[in-house]
Amino acid sequence: MSRLLALIALLLLPLSAQAEQVVAALSQTRVSVNANFDGSEILVFGAIKRDKPAPEGEPLDVIITVAGPERVETIRRKDRRFGIWINVEAEVIGHTPTFYTVATTRPLDDVLPRLTDALWKITADNRILPGLRGTPARDALIRIRHKDDLYRTREGEVSLVQDTLFDTAIALPANIVEGAYTTRIFLLRGGEVIDSYGTSINVQKVGIERWLYMLAYDNALIYGLLALAVAGLSGWGASALFRLIRR
Amino acid sequence: MQIFLPIAEVSVNAFTLLGLGGIVGVLSGMFGVGGGFLITPLLFFVGIPPAVAVATSANQIVASSVSGVLAHFKRKTVDLKMGLVLLAGGLVGSAIGIQIFNILKAMGQVDLLVTLCYVVFLGIIGFLMLIESLRAIKRAKGRPGGRPERKKHLWVHTLPFKMKFRASGLYISAIPPIGVGVMVGMLGAVMGVGGGFIMVPAMIYILGMPTKVVIGTSLFQIIFTAGFTTLLHAYTNHTVDVLLAFLLLVGGVIGAQIGTQIGLKLKAEQLRILLALLVLAVCLKLGIDLLIPPKDLYSLGA
Repeated sequence: MSRLLALIALLLLPLSAQAEQVVAALSQTRVSVNANFDGSEILVFGAIKRDKPAPEGEPLDVIITVAGPERVETIRRKDRRFGIWINVEAEVIGHTPTFYTVATTRPLDDVLPRLTDALWKITADNRILPGLRGTPARDALIRIRHKDDLYRTREGEVSLVQDTLFDTAIALPANIVEGAYTTRIFLLRGGEVIDSYGTSINVQKVGIERWLYMLAYDNALIYGLLALAVAGLSGWGASALFRLIRR
Repeated sequence: MQIFLPIAEVSVNAFTLLGLGGIVGVLSGMFGVGGGFLITPLLFFVGIPPAVAVATSANQIVASSVSGVLAHFKRKTVDLKMGLVLLAGGLVGSAIGIQIFNILKAMGQVDLLVTLCYVVFLGIIGFLMLIESLRAIKRAKGRPGGRPERKKHLWVHTLPFKMKFRASGLYISAIPPIGVGVMVGMLGAVMGVGGGFIMVPAMIYILGMPTKVVIGTSLFQIIFTAGFTTLLHAYTNHTVDVLLAFLLLVGGVIGAQIGTQIGLKLKAEQLRILLALLVLAVCLKLGIDLLIPPKDLYSLGA
C-alpha cells in the first residue's frame, strides 16, 4: 500500500507547479548481455529546470537509485549440531531486488533525514523489506548482498555543477540478472524531496546467450542431448588430434 | 578474456576455465577418475552457482572420459566385457541413487549429506590406498628380483555365475562386478559425480583387476553414468551450462591426453600413492569446512 502511495506521489509530483524540476536522461536504456559481457556502465545525466532564480540558503542535492529485478529468496541459517555446522533453518523472504545502488552528491547523513528516507524508500535499509527490519533473515540478506557488492552506497559520486547540471556513472555487475532496472532520480533541498523522475533500463540476453538459454528451458531434452553430443565429439576430436600429432 | 555464461548467469575469465579443465583433465587421464570430485568444488571457488557446477561438471566428465578411453582402447587396456557388466549394475544404481537424492532434497539436507558422503568415502578410500601402496613399495624394495607373488584367492572367487574376463585375466562370478556397479552408480547419483574415485579402488581391491586395465575400464563405464546424469540434470533442473562445459572440456580433453601419457610412464604403486594423497587432500578440505564455524551463519540459496 505504502509503495502504491509513493508511486502515485511520484506520478503526481511533476504535474504540480514547482520552482525546480529534474530533466534527466540515461546514456542507454537497453543493455544487451552477449557472450563477452563484463558488467556495464550507464551514465545518468540531467539538469534542473527553473522558472525563477534558485532560492538562497539550503543547498541542492541529487540522489540516484537503481534497483534490479525482484526475486523471492530462500535464506538458510547454520548451527552446530554433533560438532559440525549444518543448515538448521530455512526462511523464504521476498520480493527483494537482486541489485540496488544509491548514488548521492554528498554524504547521506547530511542530505537525507530519516523521515524523508522512510517516505521515499531511498536507502537499501528503507527500500528492502523495511517492515521486517530487525528480523535476522532480512538483515542477513542485506548484509550478504552488501558483501557481494550487489547492494551499494556511493556517497558523493553524483557531481552537481553550479546547482544545475548533474551526472553519475552507475556500474552494473558482471553477474547480472535479466529484467527491468528501475532508475529513480530525486532532487532534494533542505531534507525535502522537491522533485523526482523515474525511468527504467532493460537488461536482456542477446545472440547465442539468448538462444542457449531459451533452448535449455523450452526444449530441455534436445538441449541435454546437444550437450552430450558436444562432449562426445570434442572428446573424440581431441583423441584423434593427438594421434595425428604423435604420428 | 571475460565470458558471460548463459545458464550460470555469471561472467568468468575464459582462461581460468580452460586452465581448470586442463588440470582436472590431466588427473583424469592419469588416474582414470572422471575428476568430478575435484572440478565441482573448484567451480564453486570461481563463483559458479553450486547447482550449475554439479550438473555441468557431469557434462565435462563425459568429454574427458571419451578422450581418455580412446587412448586406452588404442593400448588395449579396456576390459569391455567387464565394463558392460559394471555398467548394467551402474544404471540400476543410478536410478536408485536419484530416488534417494530426491528424498534427501525434500528433507532439505542434501548439501550436508553430499559433503558427508565425500568426507567419509574419500577418507576411507584415500587412507586404505595410501597404506596399501606404501606397503607394496616396501615389499618391492625388500625383495629385489624376488619371485612374483602368487595370485591371492579372494572370497569373490567362490561365488556362482562365473564369467571369463580375458582382458583382466580373471575368471570370477558376475555378482561382484554388478554389485560394485550398483554401489558406485548409487553413490555417483547422490554425490553428483562419475564415481571413478570409488570405482578404481573397488576394482583393484574387491575384484582384483590389474591396475592398467582398471583405468580404461573405469573411464569406459563413467562415460555412460555421467552422460545419464547430465541428461537428467538438463531435463529436470535446467542447470547444464553448455558454454561452461565447452570451455572446461576443451581444457579437459587436452589435459586427459597428457595425463594418459604420464600415467603410462609411472609405476602402478606411484600412481596409487599420488591418487591416495589427492583424495585425502580433498577429503581434509571438505572435513575442515564442516568443523570450523562459518564466516556468516546465514546463506542465500535457490
